[in-house]
Amino acid sequence: MTTAFNIVVCGSLVPDPLQTLEPIQGPMGPALKNEMMLPSVLDPWAGHSLFEAANLAKQNPGSKVTLISLGPKAKLQQLMMIIAQKVPFELVCLDGSASGFMDSREVAVALAGAIEKIPGLDKTKLLVFGGCSSASRDAGTTMQMIAEQLGISDVFLSADELKVQPDGSFRILERIEGGQYQVSTCAGAPAVIGWATGNLPEPPNNPQVGMTNMRTIMPALQKAQPAALKTGAIKFASVELPKQQRQTRIVKDTPVEEIAKEIVTWIKG
Amino acid sequence: MEKILFLAHTDANGLLPKSAFETLNAALEIQKGLAGSTLSVGLVGGNVQAAADSIASCGAAKMFGVSGADFGVSRYATDVKALEAIGAASGATILVAPATSRFSRALPGAAFRLKAAIDTHVSGIQFTDGVLQIQRWYYRQRMMATLTRAARPWILAVDSGVFQPWQGAKGSAKVEAITVIVSDKEKRTKVTGVEAPSADAQTIRPDAVVLLVAGAGWTKKQADGQTHAKEAEKHILDFLKYAKASLGSSKSLVDQGSEGEAVLSFMSHLNQVGQTGSTPRHPKGLSTCCHGEEPHVVGWRFINERRAINTDANCGWAQGKADVLYVADAFAVMAKVNELLAKG
Repeated sequence: MTTAFNIVVCGSLVPDPLQTLEPIQGPMGPALKNEMMLPSVLDPWAGHSLFEAANLAKQNPGSKVTLISLGPKAKLQQLMMIIAQKVPFELVCLDGSASGFMDSREVAVALAGAIEKIPGLDKTKLLVFGGCSSASRDAGTTMQMIAEQLGISDVFLSADELKVQPDGSFRILERIEGGQYQVSTCAGAPAVIGWATGNLPEPPNNPQVGMTNMRTIMPALQKAQPAALKTGAIKFASVELPKQQRQTRIVKDTPVEEIAKEIVTWIKG
Repeated sequence: MEKILFLAHTDANGLLPKSAFETLNAALEIQKGLAGSTLSVGLVGGNVQAAADSIASCGAAKMFGVSGADFGVSRYATDVKALEAIGAASGATILVAPATSRFSRALPGAAFRLKAAIDTHVSGIQFTDGVLQIQRWYYRQRMMATLTRAARPWILAVDSGVFQPWQGAKGSAKVEAITVIVSDKEKRTKVTGVEAPSADAQTIRPDAVVLLVAGAGWTKKQADGQTHAKEAEKHILDFLKYAKASLGSSKSLVDQGSEGEAVLSFMSHLNQVGQTGSTPRHPKGLSTCCHGEEPHVVGWRFINERRAINTDANCGWAQGKADVLYVADAFAVMAKVNELLAKG
């Protein structure tokens, strides 16, 4: 039995992990220095969820993947140039801050509202995917709040695998403590899944997919609705970079035996 | 006056996990710091009596419990309902819970239903002018914020390893049972089990003293122009066995598996530390064959003593991040280290 799913992926941009980040105090609270100038990437765990969504859609003909992104419109446009060639999807764009300092409830309200407005959305076939947490706020709370607003009571976090069973139910592996997986079955859609890394490699760029995607991406960017995110729920006393810089002792031109002895002494100490 | 609620769930044995005892200490610290506040306890599990007895002397004014077969498993729908019921019954203004996988999944949903604010990954608490402030990291351990909220209820999910575990006498606790009705809709998800590696293949040990971080260099061509993945596997597994260490990995090494390159057979995404991996807490960390930023900056944030072995003395990511950088061939060093550890 194959089921056509409406897969909605929530994912936005984060600063490229290789960039040096510096916090500043902006008019609305903490922000990143030169935030609009920083190169961005698709939030890594959200990226994995997008690839898993595309794979699931491919295996279940008739399924559709919609990516909902909340971020500054101009930066989202740049991001789409990077990811549009990866997998087929339609874009829904919300123009607003992608800052990690926003409260996740505000973000969840905006995203859930956008999901509700997707034309022709069949909630009985709805799977909401996203990262288990973002690389910006790193709270791991947004997906569950989206589930609550959509009335979905089956939620999985830190998932690495979802398999659709012959009877239409899901078998899901979630990461738990100690490098273990909790194995669950779920009767089927609707469900909300916050993905960890999954098991799929990043798909290679496919120009044909990119061209198809861009036909819907550009209009979606033009139609981007402003997301009215309130600030002020969190009162930041400070946001600082860790100051600790270690004085690294370099040990070189030293026999292997000596190095090994030193390491063993340290481990046992 | 704040009403503080310490929340915990039982483990597979019906007892509290270590992180719950750590979080209890955090809750007690908050109670101590907020004059006039009270502490109560809320427990979720198949049977919570043994767990309640284990913390009977913690000074809680009241203990609430949601128990029964439906609550013996980690499932979002039932956990959220249990937490919502305890939160409402207690009238708590500050709810403090361990950031276990189970609660990390359920607490945000409960926060939404209780119209509560929530902060996760709490890594410190302090009081300024009588106001509770928490510390948590943003942008994957790149910057630390100190913050507070005026909104109540306020739920705090505390990371493990931050506070010392509470220690106190066991006793006989009186638990006020809260009845929670579970519908069929809330049981669409069934927990069928746990997949755990066999004891020999277990490479992730959260309580280990040492974290060994393996980088992609282990599978690259060595001085003889050949790769030595099997030899690398042996060195790493021997070290884990002799040092009882936990294994972390750089993203690049883990990704090689899905990209069809030479791999270490036991390595999976679960081992990954850094931006899209974990940030484990261990007293010591030894990085080998690793030149990436993420393991050293993000993945090592909570490693106290750090040492690295690689062949580049100018490795920008190890210098300033590690206490000691050994410029040497990790294959040779680890072989000798294992030999010495094996001798005891």
